[in-house]
Amino acid sequence: MALLEVTNLGIVFGGLQAVDKFDLTIDKGQLYGLIGPNGAGKTTVFNMLTGVYAPTEGDIILDGTSIKGKQPAMISKAGIARTFQNIRLFNQLSVIDNVKVGLHNQIKYSTAEGIFRLPSYYERESQFRGQAMNLLEIFGLQDEAKQLSSNLPYGKQRKLEMARALATNPKLLLLDEPAAGMNPNETAELMETVRFVRDKFKIAILLIEHDMSFVMGLCEKIVVLDYGRIIAKGNPEEVRSNPKVIAAYLGGE
Amino acid sequence: MKTRQLGKTAKHNLITYAIVVIGFIVVQLLSSAGMISNSLSGQLVPICCYIIMAVSLNLTVGILGELSLGHAGFMSVGAFSSAFFSVCMQETITEPWLRLTLAIIIGAVAAGVAGLLVGIPVLRLQGDYLAIVTLAFGEIIKNVLNSLYIGVDGAGMHFSTKDSLSLNLAQGGRVIINGAQGITGTSKDSTFLMGFILIMITLFVVLNFIKSRSGRAVMSIRDNRIAAESVGINVTKYKLIAFSISAALAGAAGALYAHNYATIVAKKFDYNTSILVLVFVVVGGMGNIRGSIIAAAALTILPEVLRGMNDYRMLIYAIVLIVMMIFNQSPQMVEMRQRFTAKLPWKKAAKADAKGGK
Repeated sequence: MALLEVTNLGIVFGGLQAVDKFDLTIDKGQLYGLIGPNGAGKTTVFNMLTGVYAPTEGDIILDGTSIKGKQPAMISKAGIARTFQNIRLFNQLSVIDNVKVGLHNQIKYSTAEGIFRLPSYYERESQFRGQAMNLLEIFGLQDEAKQLSSNLPYGKQRKLEMARALATNPKLLLLDEPAAGMNPNETAELMETVRFVRDKFKIAILLIEHDMSFVMGLCEKIVVLDYGRIIAKGNPEEVRSNPKVIAAYLGGE
Repeated sequence: MKTRQLGKTAKHNLITYAIVVIGFIVVQLLSSAGMISNSLSGQLVPICCYIIMAVSLNLTVGILGELSLGHAGFMSVGAFSSAFFSVCMQETITEPWLRLTLAIIIGAVAAGVAGLLVGIPVLRLQGDYLAIVTLAFGEIIKNVLNSLYIGVDGAGMHFSTKDSLSLNLAQGGRVIINGAQGITGTSKDSTFLMGFILIMITLFVVLNFIKSRSGRAVMSIRDNRIAAESVGINVTKYKLIAFSISAALAGAAGALYAHNYATIVAKKFDYNTSILVLVFVVVGGMGNIRGSIIAAAALTILPEVLRGMNDYRMLIYAIVLIVMMIFNQSPQMVEMRQRFTAKLPWKKAAKADAKGGK
């Protein structure tokens, strides 16, 4: 059974049909790419999948249960994590605390236990520290753990966002332009990291990216959006040679 | 490396506790040496109250990141509920400290519940709107208490919103809350020691809260609500928790305040008091608990110390405010301060140590 099944998804803003009849099926462990020209509705799809926007039509089924119209926090608990196109870190928290916030629903103790410093507090906090450090090490951020997250360079902020998203123990990870602003070396390194993450955590990944070599080199399947509609779907070879895709990108008759 | 760095926060908090303890001891020594004027010694308990108010408001403004202009309202709820309790219990509980302790707990719980009730609708708003609604809340509390009459007689409690006569009290009954005249006959149980203990408890609660799972959740909402939601933080729940704790501590401060005077009126806890506390928080630095303590103490003592200069008192107060703001917030001053502290011998040693450790 597929991990994520999106059927006939649509959303209207005022009179504008931003996304229409969007269908998508993602299997466990699949690397899926979502591409399209600017303004095609890619981030809108992400926002619907994560509950930021409530879709006006269609259904989203994750692992057998519908998550359509649920609050973002509930969807996170259900198993979808994401990063943001314009990085959204907790700027006044340290790098490690950003990841600890991501672990919020994985390790639990009550407010009272925290205030009165019961033994459970120390036990859970050391779990928090251990797991957060493990995640930071995957992304090579362990040395910056105590820094303010806003002091990190751009590329590391993107990595930290991924670490934080993974901390929520997702089944599906959504990456919104993970390679934006990276140089070719960093992009190549990121490809390795994404593959590593998929294999290590055994999760499916759906990513939006404009860097074609990145998407074509990494993703097993690709879906192309233009003006809110799917114009092509398939493996990288099929998508690359699809005349509609070429027209959308280069401008056609 | 890990334990060293961890110790840093603990050390920071320890210094904050130490400042309060040292302040307490110094004041005790000075007052036993007779070096504190009457007017200032009368201010000791209010100073403690304002410190607690500032720390608790900092939880809302600095940690939760929501501007509240009605914090005096919660102080008022705490003051009236606790004073009501202790007036009723004056004969039953004769031990002053026990009566005060219970009164403070009741004040804190009442204000905490008020915070929860107000928070449910109010915390749906953000920014300016939230500030305006909390401002209105403070005024509502004041006006309700201003026109509330409660009396007790053999038959039980009587309520009225008109005047004390319409309570229809039986022979021997007495009016406890008398409208705009407030509650009279509270025993003055508050002591500087009690104020000190309450500050320590407040610090314990707030500092521990910040460094916990819930505190991180609250700060993540402050920093980026959308991202916090995306990692599964229940925004409403954690906003309410922080807001209620903040209100409960304000209620405790109100209880302490009420028991420092024989009479307590609602007018005392008006808009000006809320703003005054907000000034302490802003001057001390948002999110900076230690700053709140120092600012609250300094800015309460200052007008007392300047009493001799009559006409220039408020002028100097204003200048001090401006200078403190520049000193705390201006980037150049912050940099200068950092350069200065880096030159201190013990900091130098620590730095060399850290380098050697790496």
